[in-house]
This record gives sequence, C-alpha cells and structure tokens, in this order.
Amino acid sequence: MAAVIEIQGLRKTYRSLRRGRRQALDGFDMVVEEGQIHGFLGPNGSGKTTTLRTLLGLIKANGGRMRILGRPVPDDLPAVIPQVGAIVESPQFFPHFSGRVTLSLLADAGGVPKTRVDEVLEQVGLRDRAKDRVKTYSLGMKQRLAVASALLKQPRVLILDEPANGLDPAGIREMRDLMRSLVDVGITVVLSSHILGEVQQLCDSVTIISRGRRVAAGPVSEVLAKHSSGSVRVRLEPGADLQTAADLLTSSGAAVSVEPDHLMVSGVERPAWVTRTLAEKGIYVNELTPVTADLEDVFLQLTGTAPVPGHHRQVDQSAEVPA
Amino acid sequence: MRLIKAEWRRLFKRRFTRYMLLIAVLVLGAIGTGMWFSNQKTGPAQLAAAEQRAQQEYQQALAGFRQHCAEVQQRSDVDPGEKRFCEDPQAGPQPEHFQAEWYLPPTFDFKREFPAMITLFAGILALVGFVVGASFVGAEWHSGGMMNLLLWRPQRLRVLLTKLGTLLAGLLAVGLVLGAAWTAAFWAIGTYRGTTEGMTQGTWESFALTGARALGLVLIAAAVGFGIASLGRHTAMALGTAVGVGVVGIVGVAIVLGEMLRLPFWERYLWPTYLIAWMDKKYVIEEWRACEFVMGECRPATLEITWQHSGLLFAAVVVLAVGGAMWSMRSRDIT
Repeated sequence: MAAVIEIQGLRKTYRSLRRGRRQALDGFDMVVEEGQIHGFLGPNGSGKTTTLRTLLGLIKANGGRMRILGRPVPDDLPAVIPQVGAIVESPQFFPHFSGRVTLSLLADAGGVPKTRVDEVLEQVGLRDRAKDRVKTYSLGMKQRLAVASALLKQPRVLILDEPANGLDPAGIREMRDLMRSLVDVGITVVLSSHILGEVQQLCDSVTIISRGRRVAAGPVSEVLAKHSSGSVRVRLEPGADLQTAADLLTSSGAAVSVEPDHLMVSGVERPAWVTRTLAEKGIYVNELTPVTADLEDVFLQLTGTAPVPGHHRQVDQSAEVPA
Repeated sequence: MRLIKAEWRRLFKRRFTRYMLLIAVLVLGAIGTGMWFSNQKTGPAQLAAAEQRAQQEYQQALAGFRQHCAEVQQRSDVDPGEKRFCEDPQAGPQPEHFQAEWYLPPTFDFKREFPAMITLFAGILALVGFVVGASFVGAEWHSGGMMNLLLWRPQRLRVLLTKLGTLLAGLLAVGLVLGAAWTAAFWAIGTYRGTTEGMTQGTWESFALTGARALGLVLIAAAVGFGIASLGRHTAMALGTAVGVGVVGIVGVAIVLGEMLRLPFWERYLWPTYLIAWMDKKYVIEEWRACEFVMGECRPATLEITWQHSGLLFAAVVVLAVGGAMWSMRSRDIT
C-alpha cells in the first residue's frame, strides 16, 4: 500500500521573547497509508496541530522532510493542495457570511463547481441552515461547515483536526459514518482526536505523539497488542482468602494487586499458570479473565498522562521518549 | 483569475464595505444637498436687493456716526482729537464700505469652489478607503478566513497581493463612479444655484488632475490601512495606528517641535501639510517667528512643500506598510 503522507524527522522550535525557546516537534515521524483512516493522537501541547499546520504550509519547519501523495511539501504544496481537504483546530469562519456564501467563496478561489456547494451542505447536514449567518451556528454546526469546506474539492486526502469537537452524539455517529463512507470511495482520512474510543472503533492505524516525538505507530490492533500488560483478572471460590492467594502468586514471580473482590495478576506468560499454581495449594479459581488494554490505556501509558490521585498534571507534563 | 473573482465577491459581500460605502454616499449626498439649499442663483433682482440693502446699511451707519459726532461736539469732557475726527469730511462711513456684492446671497461659483469640493471628496473617500482596506484584511486574519484561504491557495504572497489588488481596483471603480456623480452634482449646483462661467479646457484639465490626485489619495490610504492591518493581523492595529498618528502625531509634533524646540518650519513635520500640498499642488509654510523682533514691515521666510514632495512621502509610507505586510506574510507562521 502506498504512503499518502510521509513525515521524517520533523522539527519545529517556537521562539518568543516572553516564553523563550520551545521545541514543539523534535524529530517527529509519521506515515499514513492510502485508503485508511489514520488516528493521530497526543496530549494537549504534544505537537499534533503544529504537525498538521506544518504539513499544510501554515508553519515553517526547522528541519525534516514531508511528502503528500509522493510530492515534497511545502515546495509542491500548490500542486498537491487541490487533492487535500483539511480543517485545522477549531473551525473559524467570517461570522457575517452565510454557510453557503462561505463555501461558494472557497469554491470560487479553488475553481470548484458551484454545484459541489449544495452537495457538501447536504452531506454534512447543513442544507436547511445554509442561508443562515455563520455567527448563528452552534459549535457543532461550525464543525460541520468546516468538514464541508474540506470535502468541497473532492480530496484524495482528508485531514481533520478534532472533527467531532462540539458535535452531539448523533452528530458524532454521523461523522463516523461519513468518514467510513469516504474511505469506502478511496479517500484517506487523517483524524486527530481526543475521543479515543471513537478512534479505536474507527481507525485502521494510529500514530501517538508526545512532546514532539512519535511514541507509537502502526495498525491499531498491533499497537494495542504491543502495549498490553498481559494481566488477568482472578476471582476465587467464595470463602477463599485473597491475600493468601496474592502472597502465593507473588512468591512465584507474578505481580499482583489485591482488589476488593478479585486479584489483578500481571507478568504471567499464560493464564493457565495462575490456575495451576493456586490449585497446587488447594485454592481454586472461579473466574480467570485476560484483561485487554484499550487505546485509552495505551495512550495514557505511552504519554505518561494517566491521572494520579492528588496530583494536578500540567499541560506540558507528558512522557518524553529518548532521542 | 479565480482568486480575483472570489476576492471581488468577498469585498462587496462584506457588510462593513457596504455600510461604509453607504455612509460615504450619505455624507456626500448631505453635503451636496446642503450646498444646493445654501446657494442660489443671483440675477438682476438679487443684485437690486443687495444694492438696496447696502444703501440702507450705509445710511444707518452714517446716521449713527452723525448722531455720535453731534453728541461729541456738545460735550466738553471729550478728547479734542475725537472732535477733530468728527470734523474731518473723510471720516465716518463711506459708500464704498458698503458694496452691494457683500449683500448678495451665497452663490456657487463652480470654477472657484469646486477644487475645495474635490479635496473634501478625497478626504471622505480616503477615510473610507483606509478603514475598508484595514477591515478587509484585518477581519480575514482575525476570523481565521485567511488560514482557510491558504489551505486552498498555499501561495501566501499571491493571496495577499490579490487581496490588495482587488481592494484597490474596487475602490478605484467606486471612486470613479462617485467622482463622476460628485462632479455632475456640483455642475448642476453651479448651473441652477450659482454659475459655471469661466470654465475652459485648461480648467477641466486642472480639475481632472486634482481628481486623479484625489483618487490616488484614496488608494494610498486604502493600501496603508491594508498593510498595517495585515502586519498586525487585526483591523484594530490599523485603526490604533491611525488614531496614534492622527492625534498624537499632530498634537505631539506641534508641542514638541513647535513650542518646546521651536524648530523653524516645524509644520513640515505634520502629515496634514503633505495632504494639503498633495491636493492643492503646493503648500507654503511661513516662518513668522523671524518677524517677532522686527520693526515695520517684515516678510517671513517661506518653505514650499509641493505635491511631488508629498508623493515621495506617501510612496515611502506605502512601501513601508505594504512591504512590511508582505515580509510578514512570507516569513511569519500562520497560527
């Protein structure tokens, strides 16, 4: 499968008199394969939006290489941009124009037939509000308008930064269905989102960024498997002493935590080992469930942003991977 | 071409542009209407009435003078000089002090007064051009429209220059139409409420050149407003600069250079001097301080500012504002 987006060693440093020097991207790599929905994840301030802005020519990189559809950017961006639809960060439009006027002005600038305007308005569910001024739109409606503007030029690659932001549950589902339908017709979607359940459900592959560097990448299933802890939930027969069982497993080399009505055992290669070890001492297992990590667990683990009781994490506090 | 079409639509779709042009038309219309009603054509009847009024005023003034002198002659406690003054046959009101033309109703002399109307027109449209120019790009930056546009046309300088070119072309078109209407309106006022006598080919050519400079001023103001707003990425940047330069620049320069440092010809550091020179072809600054300790007649030293000087200054300001905006557009990140 061909790569539609390739980023290698991307670096970006912001400098300001007040805040000094801040490394936003520190040798970041990303590859997005054709025909996929690719999730782009990272904590706040990790460099997601900087990456997307840099890819789209809005920010100048300090180093690294980028290609879209095989063409080097930003040099060939004018040639490749007609095939790239994008929304970056929160949708912003001139508040006094209607949704239709906003899109028709973009269509004029990009040489897109006017008929596309009504098509995309229908597609994102804004047909009946097309004549209203954007300032009367809710955040979700502005988000839909932003997606419509990205779809207007019938792109091959769609880059969406937090497209579900502000959408109601029905809107989120519609957006999910829309993205699936786009992928079905061959469009590659890059999706930056914080709704990790949504990403896990929707995306074929992911890239996770933390403090300007890639901390994980690949198909969702592989990333989950690679970073699953291999722990099992163990419930014992009624009356069995949890602490005795925990001590037994710990002395045999497993890592065990005692929960109110069960044990969480990790560091074991095969769950059957738990059953055998306990049975040898006359303790019998009632339930043995392998615990699979979800994307949220992996994300929190990799980015080091899992909440710690009594500790208030600051936005720039996330995991840093060694160079 | 597609971008020009889109920007042309965007310029005239904007409510701010429409409102500002409407306000300009209303203000110009109000001035024209005021001039229509405050002037009237003068003929034999108005001249006869003016002569009669001048004669009445003269007689009243003469009667008052005579009464005053009669009182003076009867009193013993007045200055002898005043008595001698009253005996002088040349003293007191004279018929030539009450000329009939001073009592004529105002009448609009197209040849004499229209240049001032062109300057007024230029001032109003330049103000509109400045704020429309600033808002056209400032609102785009502020609302995120510029970023959206660059996601479609990632050619920063082309986008900025197309916007500027479209703005200037739009204002030029509006200026030409309004300028033609303004000329026609005052020609009508001259015809029906004054006079259009004395107009020659040369006078029309002179008016055309003044009109061209007026339109030039409108475009310069628009380009400067556009440049500053783009540089600051906000309309308020241009408006704040305008207020700063307009108020602080004039008052501050007058106080510091004129009063405290007492620089000779300090008016040359005021920007309105160059506006007047631009529209009137020249402005002569007179240095009266040189006469402060001179007895008798004194001719002050003068400094002439020509429209060419103004042109150079305006060109430098445009280059700075638009050049700065282009540099900023090219080098700064779009965030």
